[in-house]
Amino acid sequence: MSVFEGFRFRHVSSPIHNRDPRVKFLYVLVMFIAAVMFNELPVLLVLFLLQIPFVLVAGVQRQWLRSLRGAMFLVTFLFVFNLIFGYISPSTIPGGVSPLEYAFAMALRFLVLVESFSVFFLTTSPDHLSLALEQSRVPYEFTFAFTTAVRFVPVLAEEAQTIMDAQKARGLELEKGNFMKRIRNYIPILIPLIVSAIRRSLELAEAMESRGWGASKKRTNLYVLKMKAGDFMLIVISIILLVSAIYVRYFVPLPTLTMLLPK
Amino acid sequence: MIEVKDVHFTYPTGVEALKGVSLSIRNGEFVAIMGQNGAGKTTLVKQFNGLLKPTKGEVLVDGVSTRDISIAQLARKVGFVFQNPDHQLFSETVEEEIAFALRNFGFKENTLKRRVTWALNLLGLTEYRKTSPFMLSGGERKRVALASVLAWNPKVIILDEPTIGQDHRQKEILRQFIVQMNAQGKTVVIVTHDVEFVAECSPRVVLMAQGQIVADGDAKRILTDPDITLRAAIVPPQITQIFLGLTDLGLPTNVIDVSEATKVLLEYLEGGKR
Amino acid sequence: MAIIETENLTYTYPGATKPSIRDVSLTIEKGEFVILTGPSGCGKTTLCRCFNGLIPHFYAGQLEGELTVARLKVAERPIYEMAQRVGLVFQNPENQLFALSVEKDVAFGLENIGVPRDEMRKRVDWALQTTGIQELRERAPHELSGGQQQRVAIACVLAMQPDIMVFDEPTSFLDPLGAQKIFEVINELNKKLGVTVILVEHRLDLASKYADHVVIMDEGKIVLNGKPREIFNSEAARLIGVGIPKATRLWQLLQENGIQLEGVPTSSEEAARLLREVLKA
Repeated sequence: MSVFEGFRFRHVSSPIHNRDPRVKFLYVLVMFIAAVMFNELPVLLVLFLLQIPFVLVAGVQRQWLRSLRGAMFLVTFLFVFNLIFGYISPSTIPGGVSPLEYAFAMALRFLVLVESFSVFFLTTSPDHLSLALEQSRVPYEFTFAFTTAVRFVPVLAEEAQTIMDAQKARGLELEKGNFMKRIRNYIPILIPLIVSAIRRSLELAEAMESRGWGASKKRTNLYVLKMKAGDFMLIVISIILLVSAIYVRYFVPLPTLTMLLPK
Repeated sequence: MIEVKDVHFTYPTGVEALKGVSLSIRNGEFVAIMGQNGAGKTTLVKQFNGLLKPTKGEVLVDGVSTRDISIAQLARKVGFVFQNPDHQLFSETVEEEIAFALRNFGFKENTLKRRVTWALNLLGLTEYRKTSPFMLSGGERKRVALASVLAWNPKVIILDEPTIGQDHRQKEILRQFIVQMNAQGKTVVIVTHDVEFVAECSPRVVLMAQGQIVADGDAKRILTDPDITLRAAIVPPQITQIFLGLTDLGLPTNVIDVSEATKVLLEYLEGGKR
Repeated sequence: MAIIETENLTYTYPGATKPSIRDVSLTIEKGEFVILTGPSGCGKTTLCRCFNGLIPHFYAGQLEGELTVARLKVAERPIYEMAQRVGLVFQNPENQLFALSVEKDVAFGLENIGVPRDEMRKRVDWALQTTGIQELRERAPHELSGGQQQRVAIACVLAMQPDIMVFDEPTSFLDPLGAQKIFEVINELNKKLGVTVILVEHRLDLASKYADHVVIMDEGKIVLNGKPREIFNSEAARLIGVGIPKATRLWQLLQENGIQLEGVPTSSEEAARLLREVLKA
């Protein structure tokens, strides 16, 4: 169950990890808007490269590269798809670039979108994130649901493993049989898991009520997120990025590889 | 016959749960694997039916290494009753639940029907044959889980923490049941930290601490030895604790049972009178 | 001064054919350490849920009779109000912890009530210290052992500073050593802080030495109610099938054989002491 290892967040400290999640989210949003504004390959390349300093400062290179690898399947698909359609009807390509350049650009744009979110999640721990949610105007019920879900992921994963063991010990062979049989093999695992989840949520509800859930409309908070110098810097960077992107889009003629290469 | 040969086991998370465990269990024995939570008891017994395979060393069941046969094949011989029955109940009726394993093992329909009826009778569940297992009480669900394992008549039966959440009466019934199964020739292995329960059953005790076996032998000998119980961080039975507090009067300390304690004290007093 | 008073309390779960508790009349004095026990299904868990209002507000069903806790009529008060007078610690430690750090979990109840941050900080620190788990403050609940988790659960309830704390089989999932630690913590709360304790337990050999009041239920009714020594020694207790402490059982067997001890022991220390007097003579 190594997938769920990622949820066991270690308390890492770096200039990026320590940033207020709301500010990081703003930055990601700006990245998103900027990426969507452009079809031009050189610009998208710049946007992609802009993420690398953040990744390095946060020290999450290995995980980031792993998420890049994970995205490759869809990226390749997008590339091929756009390439085919580009060749079929080259007149529909904006900017009049070659189908090859366009396909690269679209694939890269997707990568920029995905990777900026990836950096956000890699540098924000679940408790930090839930705290940010609490302090934004998100209703507490949603934040609580989010936090509780994250809290119980490793528990449910372990329970699924125990249930699988219990059924294997009764002769259940998950790998045997044709496709339909294999799906049915999972019923003895899913049902106990679901029943257990329902029982668990009942116990949780009892505990919540017994500790004053709903006592006051104005919940107070043990922690408070305070914006520091680094956060303001990131806000400034984001604003500069947004303004530059708008300026470049409307006032700067952009070179494309098609133009630069000899015909 | 189960043989554990210098077994080491490390979980994928890196936790080393077994650090060189060796042990033999003969057919028809009654063994209690004891120790604190986290000592490695459950990790050890999961090696017996192949759910876990040793990272180093080997486990032989009837002469065959657990690495060489499938879990399903091992399960046929080694039945495992998990601590929480809710981790296995999923059928629409108790009947179906008991039949599940029998179907997995390829029993013919006639034999299957007979076995199900037999198991229902044995555990006093006949009236619940067509009931949904989810409608039953906690104690009844435990019996369904036990019935579903006994139905296929494994040679060895492992019970993981069978006394948790049980009241005194339920534990007494369980104890008698275990004795009965053992008398019928089954090898019974219980994993438990319930010292009082073990004191009443008096089986062979294998005491574990931090992934190793620290003692293996007669329940009375082990549970009354203060050095051993300290090492394994377990609490001796209450009767033993009483006698450990009276050693200066020349009383023996290897007493775990209430009736025996009464006898010993009466004899001591008789002796005093003379 | 009675802190809990019930009179003919009867409750039937929705859809059930018969009541889970019947005509329960009980008085508990402030500062008592009460052990509530009985065979499975006797109604002790149901009774606990009445004390803080889960019954009838969370569970619906039919509740009859009188119940006053900390001078409040439970049937007329919302659960969140009762929660500040009576805390409830449940059997499974895992399902009482919902936050991603111990500190945040302990603060949960206080956040709900709306306690200001400075006061909250103080109470959280105090609760962690009283239960002896300060070093676990930043840990995630999943990383903790069962015993540690249960101590966190106790701290979570303690932070709300209730007058009464009810523990529903809190040591079911723990080994005897872990169970002992929990009983010691509970005893501290009772003897040092004056919290009225109601402990539902089967493990009488470990827990009975702390109690000054024992209540035994069977099939929804209270059948025995009084001082530990009398109760454990009674014939009725044995007939119901309650697992009385071995020390008490030994006393009974010795008595049957004509040996009389000065008192009825419930713990091994007591038994050793009483036996010593007889054996030396």
